[in-house]
Amino acid sequence: MTILSFDWAFIIEKLIMIAIIVFASLGIALYTTFGERKVAAILQDRPGPSRAGPFGLLQPLADGLKLISKEEIIPTNANKWLFILGPGLAMTASLMTCAVIPWGTAIDIFGRHVELQIADVNIGILYVFAVVSMGVYGIMIGGWASNNKFSLMSALRAASQAISYELAMGLALIALLMTTGSLSLKTIVEQQVDGKWWNIVYQPLGFLLFFIAALAECNRTPFDLPEAENELNFGYHQEYSSMKLGFYLFAEYINMIMSSAIMASMYFGGYDLPFFNEASVAPNIAALIGVGTLLIKIVLFIFLFMWIRWTIPRFRYDQLMNLGWKTMIPLALFNLLLTGAVILAKL
Amino acid sequence: MNTLEILFYALSAFAIVSAVMVLISKNPIHSVLWLILVFFAISGHYVLLNAQFLAIVNIIVYAGAIMVLFLFVIMLMNVKKDKEPQKQHLVKFIGVIAGGSFLTLLIALVKQTSQLEGKTVLLKEGTIGLIHPLGKALFSDYVVPFEISSVLFLSAMVGAVIIGKK
Repeated sequence: MTILSFDWAFIIEKLIMIAIIVFASLGIALYTTFGERKVAAILQDRPGPSRAGPFGLLQPLADGLKLISKEEIIPTNANKWLFILGPGLAMTASLMTCAVIPWGTAIDIFGRHVELQIADVNIGILYVFAVVSMGVYGIMIGGWASNNKFSLMSALRAASQAISYELAMGLALIALLMTTGSLSLKTIVEQQVDGKWWNIVYQPLGFLLFFIAALAECNRTPFDLPEAENELNFGYHQEYSSMKLGFYLFAEYINMIMSSAIMASMYFGGYDLPFFNEASVAPNIAALIGVGTLLIKIVLFIFLFMWIRWTIPRFRYDQLMNLGWKTMIPLALFNLLLTGAVILAKL
Repeated sequence: MNTLEILFYALSAFAIVSAVMVLISKNPIHSVLWLILVFFAISGHYVLLNAQFLAIVNIIVYAGAIMVLFLFVIMLMNVKKDKEPQKQHLVKFIGVIAGGSFLTLLIALVKQTSQLEGKTVLLKEGTIGLIHPLGKALFSDYVVPFEISSVLFLSAMVGAVIIGKK
């Protein structure tokens, strides 16, 4: 079926996939908030949310209902349009990352060969970078439009933190790209599936730097200075209420999921299940096993994020900047030189 | 009209409307946001030309870094629309004449150029915008200008650090 020289079945297939991935991300994010509270409770030796439903499993639904039914307040002196735009941008930017993540190998449904990836562009990882650099707008615009000095301070902090750690992130990534020779996430994962080792073996320092930068980019503890309660009250979303606040909080969790997926794909083999021969089962089942493997890796990373949040105290602002500029960037450059030297020696 | 033409005209209209909004917005923050939309539209054009690398670098560098800096400066200076000094009529008049003459000059130049005559843009074809051919070209044919410009960037960075230290 082609109208306007378009393959409409292709468009519909992609739309369905986008819908599935977006709603799955939202669902996982919903239960990540629950997981966060449970992990915190376990680490602090208390039961945590346990009233709503069995094991408190209905708690996130109750939280969501509470957020939606709260009164929506837009401050009188706030810039109304930008105030509404802020949370929307934060949410959009965090969901856009999912477009280039390979969720598994292809599956065959009704005779159609469906790749479990929305777009395999040859600049995949650069696209992720562009989206990450967009993410800061949601915070900056929301913080500025609130017309509150604490919000503005927090927005400026968030922006400078994001820009500083993007550099270290990019440099850590370049070392990885030198070994893979491709920017497409699909190719990077396939190399790890076919090859002997995952990329973490070749790039341990690069992964460590990338992980720290990812913590900072997601505004997670120990780098959650944009929302430091004891200095800035509540940070950039101080004036927000109801679902607009919910969007900001949700965007943070979706960022966590997406950065976990990116790290799993780049350094930990993506959908590759180790010591398992994918060719020994039917292609569809192998693809489903792949998706499950990637999801498990994502959950493990999210747990790591939470573990760090409830263990390590917050940095001071100058410590944050010193770590970013004087430790991470030189280490990343060293890693780059080392990788280059090894590649040259192997030639 | 095929799909590419529809996309081309939609993107062009989007770019021009956003560019006009940059000029007529009273609030400087709004201007910056419209300017970001212009960059997105231009990146869309690059994608139509199959120059994916250029498209994404345009977004990373301009929309992602430079515009954040613009926002920073405007937010810190706290420019409000009512405090903005109004320019005199004479200055506005001179500006209109100068800008108009420059526009006429540009249009005349583009119309006269023989290199552009009878040429159509390569749409969806040509691989020079993809990352492998682009990298090969940069590091073989254009390696000297490329390296010189990187030294230039490095010196600019060192300069910025020194100014920041003062």
